[in-house]
Amino acid sequence: MRERWPLIIFAVIVAAIPFIPGVPPFWIVLLDNIGLSALVAMGLVLLTGVGGLTSFGQAAFVGFGAYTTALLSTQYGVSPWLTLPLSLLVSGLAAVLLGLVTVRLSGHYLPLGTLAWGLGLYYLFSKLAFLGRNDGISGIPPLSIGSLRMLDPGTIYFAIWAAVLISALLTMNLLDSRTGRAIRALRRGHIAAEAFGVYAPRAKLLVFIYAAVLAGLSGWLYAHFTRAVNPTPFGAQAGIEYLFVAVVGGAGYVWGGVLGAAIVVVLKEVLQSYLPLLLHGEGQLETIVFGILLVTLLQLAPTGLWPWLTARLPFKPAAKKPDTSIKLPARERAAAAPSVLLQVDNARKQFGGVVAVNNVSFDVQAREIVALIGPNGAGKSTTFNLITGVLPPTSGNISVLGKAVGNAPPQDVVKLGISRTFQHVKLVPDMTVLENVAIGAHLRGHSNALSSMFRLDRGDEAKLLAEAARQIERVGLGDQMHQLAGSLSLGQQRIVEIARALCVDPMLLLLDEPAAGLRHMEKQRLGALLRDLRAGGMSVLLVEHDMGFVMDLADRIVVLDFGTKIAEGTPAAIKTNPEVIKAYLGATA
Amino acid sequence: MNTTILLFLLQDGITNGAIYALLGLALVLVFAVTRVILIPQGEFVTYGALTYASLAAGRMPGTAKLAVVIGLAAFAFDLYAMRKTLHAPKIVRTFGLNVAFPVVVLLASMWAADQRMPAGVSLVLSLLIVASIGLSLYRIVFQPLAHTSVLVLLIASVGVHLALQGLGLLFFGAEGQRGPTLLNATATLGSLRFTGQGMAVYGITIAFIIGLWLFFGLTLYGKALRATAVNRLGARLVGIRTTLSGQIAFLLASTIGALSGILIVPITTLYYDTGFLIGLKGFIAAIIGGLISYPLTAVAAIVVGIVEAFSSFYASNFKEVIVFTLLIPVLLLRSLAAPAVEEEKD
Repeated sequence: MRERWPLIIFAVIVAAIPFIPGVPPFWIVLLDNIGLSALVAMGLVLLTGVGGLTSFGQAAFVGFGAYTTALLSTQYGVSPWLTLPLSLLVSGLAAVLLGLVTVRLSGHYLPLGTLAWGLGLYYLFSKLAFLGRNDGISGIPPLSIGSLRMLDPGTIYFAIWAAVLISALLTMNLLDSRTGRAIRALRRGHIAAEAFGVYAPRAKLLVFIYAAVLAGLSGWLYAHFTRAVNPTPFGAQAGIEYLFVAVVGGAGYVWGGVLGAAIVVVLKEVLQSYLPLLLHGEGQLETIVFGILLVTLLQLAPTGLWPWLTARLPFKPAAKKPDTSIKLPARERAAAAPSVLLQVDNARKQFGGVVAVNNVSFDVQAREIVALIGPNGAGKSTTFNLITGVLPPTSGNISVLGKAVGNAPPQDVVKLGISRTFQHVKLVPDMTVLENVAIGAHLRGHSNALSSMFRLDRGDEAKLLAEAARQIERVGLGDQMHQLAGSLSLGQQRIVEIARALCVDPMLLLLDEPAAGLRHMEKQRLGALLRDLRAGGMSVLLVEHDMGFVMDLADRIVVLDFGTKIAEGTPAAIKTNPEVIKAYLGATA
Repeated sequence: MNTTILLFLLQDGITNGAIYALLGLALVLVFAVTRVILIPQGEFVTYGALTYASLAAGRMPGTAKLAVVIGLAAFAFDLYAMRKTLHAPKIVRTFGLNVAFPVVVLLASMWAADQRMPAGVSLVLSLLIVASIGLSLYRIVFQPLAHTSVLVLLIASVGVHLALQGLGLLFFGAEGQRGPTLLNATATLGSLRFTGQGMAVYGITIAFIIGLWLFFGLTLYGKALRATAVNRLGARLVGIRTTLSGQIAFLLASTIGALSGILIVPITTLYYDTGFLIGLKGFIAAIIGGLISYPLTAVAAIVVGIVEAFSSFYASNFKEVIVFTLLIPVLLLRSLAAPAVEEEKD
């Protein structure tokens, strides 16, 4: 409850403002506009700042919400309260349709795609006869509760700000959950998240719909606030402005959306009323100043104002250490485990004419540490990608516990009990170590987005965090648990990746160069940890260049050179194998 | 429908498409080199067109003064950046480029506006003015942000668009303008009438496509630009000044934008905010070309122009809806053909 105090204080202040004597009614109108804009910006925070999907089209979703209620309440006399779910539904459905097309786009295609359909929808709104073309729809009834009709800005104020506060609370709850972590992991590329069972397109579609529903809510309120709608506020310019609001406030922060809305709405008002007096000019002076301010702000504070403000706060929220006594159920293991855990049979991968992996076969037994070594470019990491489903094999079979993996995606491979680390560390640098590691336990939790929004996921969540904390302590990073992952040394980040992989409760751990960047003592501790895991019944397949480390640790070594297996055997046998020496030293030494 | 209408619509579409192709090429160029999605490209179009129309009508365009003002700002940025190592030759160079050049152009256009010079002089002056604006804009807006993410650059680009559009209203007013044609000759072929202006549009577009192709394929600067596009850090390590690449890209883009504007202002009335929409259609072509391929962009632009011509004939109300939703099947095809696997870095 303690972390909720700032929100409660803020809510009380917001509720008290209209009762302060002497507050000009005009301020209340401004606050209404801030609230409407903040709702859309909050969705954008989740979509753009957290999820990494930049949308210029949010104004169109506001339009869907506004036109739905405008049409239904004027033409069919439906009560505004009944049109609320319908407005949200229409925005949400539009988001599903547009999202299915849009969220698969990568990089700059996505914002441009949203710009295109945003414009298309704006023109559609302004051409459709039943939406009143450019004139829109007027005479929309106000919201009313019993005999209280919310006609003036001072009463609908409460509806708008209640919506803002509730949405902020739900959004923060969502971000601080299993689903939230999956969303936050997406911005940094989806390979890591998918390796732990996150379905990236599904998670992206979810935030897309969430943002659209918030925009639809804003549209519904807007329609009953102004009681007339026309296409102008739903065009590309408005879409750009919403994005602007989010970026100004701080696109990665829920309250950044509210702060940004406050700044932009007030600034626009000030510019519109004072600039013409100051410069005796005509025309859109405010857009000129607006544009210049935007560029200046980006050059001075590219992450927005909210993080800049919170960094200057004297107090910091204390991080809570999870209760590690809560246990997640362990993976069910067959009583008599078959001896062969992983069987790679004639696996082959071609990229065009290049054969990266050339009919390689080997196996990993239960309770065994197998090392995959070879010079650079030998196909070791590609073999890892074949086993974990990141790349489909050109031919050959890979089976786990006798079951063929086939072309299963990474999300299904991890379910079989295989987890991995990456050669190039793939952590989310602005999430804490604990949150990063908890992504590893993604598949062991079950609560969905809705239950997290309403905090029904706390039992599940405590278990996931406890598991993550346990694995962090196991790898010896307990003191760094609440630091941002990006602030650790590269060697420590590799260890964090191991903790994340352990959260899967795997039967087979795939480590891609785990010792690179570690100091001597750290390497020894890593070796001890891996032996310990083997003793606990886990198998490890690792790629490593540190021969001392490998020879000391591995039960068996498989040597690849130019994609082909050239040797396999115990460390002692590999050390004296003439083929291996030739591959490493270029000639028979 | 008869063949005359069909041919007429095709011709109209190809003329517009050629303009979109020019803009698309510029957008691809700027994006490839600087990662900036150049929303203000449309403003370069209107600035070029309306500056040209104003000069031809004997009015002094505000853009010439703007070029001097932001040139001064760019000079100040340069001075501040080199405050530790002030070398006279460098200062002279940046002064010449950012201050002296726009001032000379300003004086020349003040003189030309009084004299009612031939269209060719107005054309050259307009190109110089807009080119100078483009160059200085890169210095003061995008060069300080060169290391940031595509998103930050995109938002900055939106900011520039807003400011330039507002200034456009200030300079040229809300009234639309038309400019004099460059070539007055006409020729008829069957039922089709080819105006000199239309021929100029085709000729200049083709010349630019060939020119860009030669520039990127054969010259050292062109290759340096391509190297910057592929790998910024790598380009710097082999001694390419990435700032220079950015400047060249913006110089080319603003010149191309202004030229497109000058080419169409005799055919259609342009308003201060028309450029945005025209630029966006260039965008659609650029996106279809994947922001990478020049020939594909040019072909796509022609298709966009033709679709626009036909939809304005059959469903003029829904012309813009059709053109902008044209993008969605294209994006869909792209995403199906190449599921996004590459990792984002920002």
